[in-house]
Amino acid sequence: MTQAVEASGSIRRRLTVELVGSAAVLAAVLFLLVQNFARQVAEESQDNILTASVSAILESVSARDGDITADIPYAALSMLGTVSDDRVFYRIGADDRVLTGYDDLPVPDPGGRGFLTADYKGESVRIVSASRTLSVQGRPVSVTVTVAQTRNGQAQTLARISRNALLLGIGFFVVAVAIALLTTRSSMRPLEDLTGAVSRRGPQDLRPVTSPVPAEMVPLVRSLNSFIGRLRTSLSRSEDFIAEAAHRVRTPLATVRAQAEVALRRVERPENRASLKEMIRAIDESSRAAGQLLDHAMVTFRTDHLERTHLDLRALAGEMVERLRPLAELKDIRLTLAEGPSAPIEGDPILIQNAVRNILDNAIKYSPEDSRVRLVMRQEPGGSTLKVTDEGGGFPEGPGDPLTERFVRGPNVASTIGSGLGLTIAKEVVEAHGGRLTFCNNAEGPGACVSLSFPS
Amino acid sequence: MRFAVLSILILLAAPLAAFEIEDETLFDVADPRRTLRVISTADTDLFAPLITAFQAEYPRVAVAYTTVSSAEVMTALAEERAPFDLAVSSAMDLQTKLANDGHTRPHNSALTGRVPDWGKWRDHVFAFTQEPAAIVISPQAFGGLPVPRSRQDLIALLREHPDRFRGRVGTYDVRLSGLGYLFATQDARMSETYWRLAEVMGSLDARLYCCSGSMIDDVASGRIAVAYNVLGSYAAAREDLEGQIEIIEPEDFTTVMLRTAVIPATAEAPDLGALFLDHLIETAWTDTPAAAYPFPPMAVDGGGAGSALRPIPLGPGLLVFLDRLKRSRFLEAWGDAMLPVEGQ
Repeated sequence: MTQAVEASGSIRRRLTVELVGSAAVLAAVLFLLVQNFARQVAEESQDNILTASVSAILESVSARDGDITADIPYAALSMLGTVSDDRVFYRIGADDRVLTGYDDLPVPDPGGRGFLTADYKGESVRIVSASRTLSVQGRPVSVTVTVAQTRNGQAQTLARISRNALLLGIGFFVVAVAIALLTTRSSMRPLEDLTGAVSRRGPQDLRPVTSPVPAEMVPLVRSLNSFIGRLRTSLSRSEDFIAEAAHRVRTPLATVRAQAEVALRRVERPENRASLKEMIRAIDESSRAAGQLLDHAMVTFRTDHLERTHLDLRALAGEMVERLRPLAELKDIRLTLAEGPSAPIEGDPILIQNAVRNILDNAIKYSPEDSRVRLVMRQEPGGSTLKVTDEGGGFPEGPGDPLTERFVRGPNVASTIGSGLGLTIAKEVVEAHGGRLTFCNNAEGPGACVSLSFPS
Repeated sequence: MRFAVLSILILLAAPLAAFEIEDETLFDVADPRRTLRVISTADTDLFAPLITAFQAEYPRVAVAYTTVSSAEVMTALAEERAPFDLAVSSAMDLQTKLANDGHTRPHNSALTGRVPDWGKWRDHVFAFTQEPAAIVISPQAFGGLPVPRSRQDLIALLREHPDRFRGRVGTYDVRLSGLGYLFATQDARMSETYWRLAEVMGSLDARLYCCSGSMIDDVASGRIAVAYNVLGSYAAAREDLEGQIEIIEPEDFTTVMLRTAVIPATAEAPDLGALFLDHLIETAWTDTPAAAYPFPPMAVDGGGAGSALRPIPLGPGLLVFLDRLKRSRFLEAWGDAMLPVEGQ
């Protein structure tokens, strides 16, 4: 009956993928930022120490005896060795000539403060230089000091920081994924709760959903409730209509039957009497159907608002047996209830009476004359079962219990008056009480049996 | 004609060895497979036990041992690009410069981890000795005078007895000796006391030497009473001079030279150089010095915090005193202090 609903993707999966994806992007960005920052810091610190070295050397440059000389402080170069084991190169130049140091060392932007990364003696070096003007015999001379250092230490520091940044990024990602999964699950929970609450409902349960839901789901639940409301109104309207129709039909039918009985007594010709008898039989069938429709409407209404009281299933069954005995005796059927202790259950006595009556009614109707209908009570740990056995035609063999559908009758009973509602009513009553209606065929001989099980 | 032949000989010889060789010894083996070529500043006799021990381990390796001055090591490797497999030198500054300028190869082995950080530089330069610069005195020449324990003691002593010590004080001529220059510059870097001592020695017409060996000989013979900045290891090795000299490691601070080895970039058998270097490291950096180790026992902790020993730090700082301008200024100042007469 349930129509397949096509799924257009999954919110949970999409949410998870999006959260995990953004966590991956953020982790990658974090890694790159830290690495970039580390590179900047490493480069800056190398530049700083090179600048300090250049400044120290530049301060030691002086004019002496008409020439320029330099007294490189020991610390100027040794400080470069304290941080890393990198190779060190330097050069002191005055105007265009090289005073001392490595002649071929490249000079960034001669004449000013400059930084340069270049290859020298087969390795990448960071070069820093600075200049200062000295007066030699009244002539200005520009002195440029250049200090360079290979970048192995920097590369090692960077590799170390990169490794840590990578671990940081992975850790961040793992934590973010865990949070994403938890978030997804907790976001989906209200939806699952609502689904569960709605799908767990019994077939007759048309109450509005009242449990609190998140604000985003309020419109959905409101629409759902409004839909349920309309459905309930529509259902009860049609039930009311049926009940009303049945009620209206029953009274005129009684009149018509009475008139037909009167007419039967007057007519003499056998063919006319046969017609009238057939008419009375049809009227009986109609009025019985109307009665069952009314019963069904009543059952539907009462199961919506089930009122449970303590009752004794045995006493109730005995009462129904007594009430239906006259009907049974018309067909010489013996209606018996086996003796036994009381069977206390909880339920609506009117509904259960109705159910038992319908079952017995059916049993009497489909039993041949001069047969037996037996009622047996059985006590079980979970509840009580009333088993009704007749000696009629039995149920047709086949899967399921289609006989409990409304207006469905067995294929082997066409000759008997019936509406097909009796078992439906009994089943709805039993299930409304949390019980079970089961059918079987009599194992010992001809006939059918029906069991009504109620939990205690 | 005869000149022409001579010229040809010189021309032929020049590319082989334009640097000046002091001694060349081949430590041959019975059935040599390969030859390890070592260039060194250490005397062949001093180094022979180490080579013999090495050959006991690797019996198929012949060792060609070439002795040169420290400046010639630089010339041979940096300019001549001579194919030596290992360069051993007491000139820490020149060894550092070789490594800094890219004339050496890195070396990493299971043994290099034994060398503390202060005993190596860039996985290129490895120290394998610790040799203090000592004061050597002649007890006879001192007579009853108290033995100086520090530079301050020595200065005071020289000032109090100028007549006894005039012309009888010796030290390195830093213009000629690379090691003397290294010791002097490190002394000057450590303390101003050095310049006061230099002035006192200059005022006493100090005798200047090229080498530790001749200084020790002169002290032993009584020609000079005191020699300053002598390689203590050489003096200690002279067992024949027992009683004639006394070796003092100054208590204010004792400069310690680290003899180092590098594998030249031009090596033809760098694996052999590496093996010999590992052999040196293994022999040197141990608490139980081997009999074949001809140098003073190593203090693996570099003398520790409370010690007066000051190992010369390896690193780019050593390049400073090799600077042309720095060197000329230092030599000028040194000349002013040590050679007052010439200066006037």
